[in-house]
Amino acid sequence: MSSEVLPETAAVHWRPRVDERHLARRGRLWTLTTVAHTVPFTAAAVLLFWLEPLSAPVDLILLAHAWAIPELYAKRGANVLRRRPRAAEGPERTAVGLLGDLIGHEARELHARTGLVVERGALGVWVVGEAGALLVRPGGHRVDCWCVHVEDRRLPSGDRIAHLLLALRTDEHGFATVANLAFSGAPWRVRRRLPPDQRPALDAGVARAG
Amino acid sequence: MARLIRMDDTGHTTLAEWTAADETSFDAAVTAFRAQLDAGFYAVITEGEGRARQVDELPFDAELVILRRPIAGG
Repeated sequence: MSSEVLPETAAVHWRPRVDERHLARRGRLWTLTTVAHTVPFTAAAVLLFWLEPLSAPVDLILLAHAWAIPELYAKRGANVLRRRPRAAEGPERTAVGLLGDLIGHEARELHARTGLVVERGALGVWVVGEAGALLVRPGGHRVDCWCVHVEDRRLPSGDRIAHLLLALRTDEHGFATVANLAFSGAPWRVRRRLPPDQRPALDAGVARAG
Repeated sequence: MARLIRMDDTGHTTLAEWTAADETSFDAAVTAFRAQLDAGFYAVITEGEGRARQVDELPFDAELVILRRPIAGG
């Protein structure tokens, strides 16, 4: 990746530029948030049941909250790779051709199967979609889900990915600065919320980051 | 032959082509290039695997210059 500064970062000048330390801190915050959502509900359910077994229905509701809230966050993370409406077949084919010229054979084959492009960067391994990207951190134990898109809804899917890929290659840290972090957590939490045909791309990202 | 292309709703459009031997074609490409930058596009050249560079002037020796729209979070 290049050391240039992505011009789009000027539009978010108040944000600190994303780097390794920034990502690690935000990752810890996400973990703390998950714990803060899960532990009180679980503890309350256990305590209530211990005090009064007849409170079991309420306990189950509390446990459902402890399970559902982190699941909703993970779903939000997986949604960054949600596909957008297709353009006409001709433009889609042309755009995929250009995208294919930008990536290697292995990435091209994976894109044909999953609709996603896997790209190694300095911060980890990126899985780039049409309106967002996952960043699998080194070691493969955490994935950050970024919401980021090109501001032209008429573009075919291949071009949307190519836009993100070129911006990422120009300035990876700037790319992460412009993007909005939707979720950070264990890859398995995101994987189960992805459509089955997209999962091999995340698997490939985790394998390369590991 | 070098190409200046713009990613758009057709997939991509070739706006100009030039060769080192033909300065006229390069001048025409520069004119098209500046018009696209004025219209809000960014120009990028790829530099091998995983690398790209943004350019504000049309490089004479580039094989492919790609024009892209800005990206945004959300």
